[in-house]
Amino acid sequence: MLAQQLINGVLLGASYALFALGFTLMFGVLRVINLTYGFYFSAGAFAALFLTRDAGLGIWAALPLAAVTAGLIAVALDWLLLAPLRRKRAPELASLMVTLGGVLALYSAATAILGPDIRRLPPGLVDGTVFELAGLRVATPQLFILVASFVLVGALVWLLNFTRLGLAIRAMAENPDAAGLMGIDTGRTAALVSFVAGCLAGAGGVLIGLNFNAIHPYMGESMMLRGFVVVIVGGLGDIRGALIAGLALGVVEVLTAGYVDSGLKEAVAFAILVAVLWTRPSGLFGRPALRRA
Amino acid sequence: MNGEDARATCMLAVERLTVAYGRTVAVQGIDLRVEVGQVVCLIGANGAGKTTLMRALSGLLRPEAGHIRLEGADITGQPPHRIAALGMRHVPEGRQIFAGLTVAENLALGAWLEDESAEIARRLEQVLALFPRLRERLAQMAGSMSGGEQQMLALGRALMGAPRLLLLDEPSMGLAPLFVEEIFGIIEELKREGRTILLVEQNASAALEVADYAYVLETGRIVLQGPAVQVAQDPAVLAAYLGG
Ligand SMILES: Nc1ncnc2c1ncn2[C@@H]1O[C@H](COP(=O)(O)OP(=O)(O)O)[C@@H](O)[C@H]1O
Ligand SMILES: [Mg+2]
Repeated sequence: MLAQQLINGVLLGASYALFALGFTLMFGVLRVINLTYGFYFSAGAFAALFLTRDAGLGIWAALPLAAVTAGLIAVALDWLLLAPLRRKRAPELASLMVTLGGVLALYSAATAILGPDIRRLPPGLVDGTVFELAGLRVATPQLFILVASFVLVGALVWLLNFTRLGLAIRAMAENPDAAGLMGIDTGRTAALVSFVAGCLAGAGGVLIGLNFNAIHPYMGESMMLRGFVVVIVGGLGDIRGALIAGLALGVVEVLTAGYVDSGLKEAVAFAILVAVLWTRPSGLFGRPALRRA
Repeated sequence: MNGEDARATCMLAVERLTVAYGRTVAVQGIDLRVEVGQVVCLIGANGAGKTTLMRALSGLLRPEAGHIRLEGADITGQPPHRIAALGMRHVPEGRQIFAGLTVAENLALGAWLEDESAEIARRLEQVLALFPRLRERLAQMAGSMSGGEQQMLALGRALMGAPRLLLLDEPSMGLAPLFVEEIFGIIEELKREGRTILLVEQNASAALEVADYAYVLETGRIVLQGPAVQVAQDPAVLAAYLGG
């Protein structure tokens, strides 16, 4: 029973980590708490819904396409809402309020257009075979979620640590002015970071949509609350911290639901957040900066 | 001197440059020139506007008015990465190294605009020959080095860009006397190599010693200029900056 709960928790946590990675990356490089981030999650889930239900694509094709769609939306929103403020070197509070207004407008527009109902992915999208191993049950969709999360996290770690773009991103996270002096086009790099972060959020939306088979416009909002817990516990801008905290949150939620009360899982998550902030204000893993994973 | 000759020998020409922070005007209509192969120094008290001027030259600040020409090309209002691509390298005040990256990564970022790996390797050898202590520290986090070593890294990182014009903003600030001496030794060496440098310094005596030409900045305006040897003997400069 416990082992089964742990497996389910890790599966859930892998998607949380994936989602939170993009958020923490965005903060680490662009130095702004971008509240529109949750919307990319909803956008990715809906893109996957349309791609599988209406365009008849399989999940392996729909996942990357939905992620890229969310990434492009992220770039467009960053350009529209935040790039003008960056150019003016506006204070962080201005950016925060602009993204708050922006995300509320986006959710209500999406609800007006798409309707508030919960949508389901087409049945049989991932074949439902359940594997049994030593009494533990893992269904194929869960396996898919796990593999996809680990591949995407691995791709991000590789991008940041082993590519030329990754070096530019890390330089910009450390010191945007100095990065510009090196000849790095910081505006372009910011757009690429938005794209990568949007892709991660969108992929998270697809995977969570698949896990719970429930897609609706506001799904990004409840995810955003978890995203906050993960990046703050892990340390804002800390990639490794977000990974560990994301997995831990998934496990904690599943254990709370299993042994205490499923209505309490959010309360427990936030109690942990408050406890961590009381004891370690810059997160479990120290200083707030984009760090090697 | 006709126009063409002026272009051939003039590295940097600043005309009536004004830079402001909101309503605070920090640089007020400055004219300044740096000829190819010259070391020009800019001295002035704290808050005179030296850093503001340097940041405007490299594109980190947008000027309110005036022009900046680099080898004849108007770069006024261009973003930093474009100006860097034209061959200007700015070693900013307070070093601004990438503290959480390794020394090797910092140096690689200095050569960001160069694609040819053989050329990058050649520059790295040059820089490590100039700053031997960086060689032992290539794999170390830049932020874990001493202030003097970080300043050498900041200089080395700029040299990795093979600059046509080097801007140095207070390279000796906050360093132990031994490091100050070493930094000025390096500047001498760069001068012997024929590099073109605009140097901002609080250490006026050392700066005037290495420079060919000097400007004195007071509250955003140039109040005195001339060959460095003459400026060094000016009674007002002696009194205000050389403690004489
Ligand atoms: N970011 C800023 N915002 C507002 N005023 C500034 C800023 N930076 C510098 N100043 C002001 O501009 C003037 C020139 O500063 P600075 O260029 O740093 O002088 P220096 O480098 O010669 O010490 C000073 O009066 C300073 O207070
Ligand atoms: Mg200064």
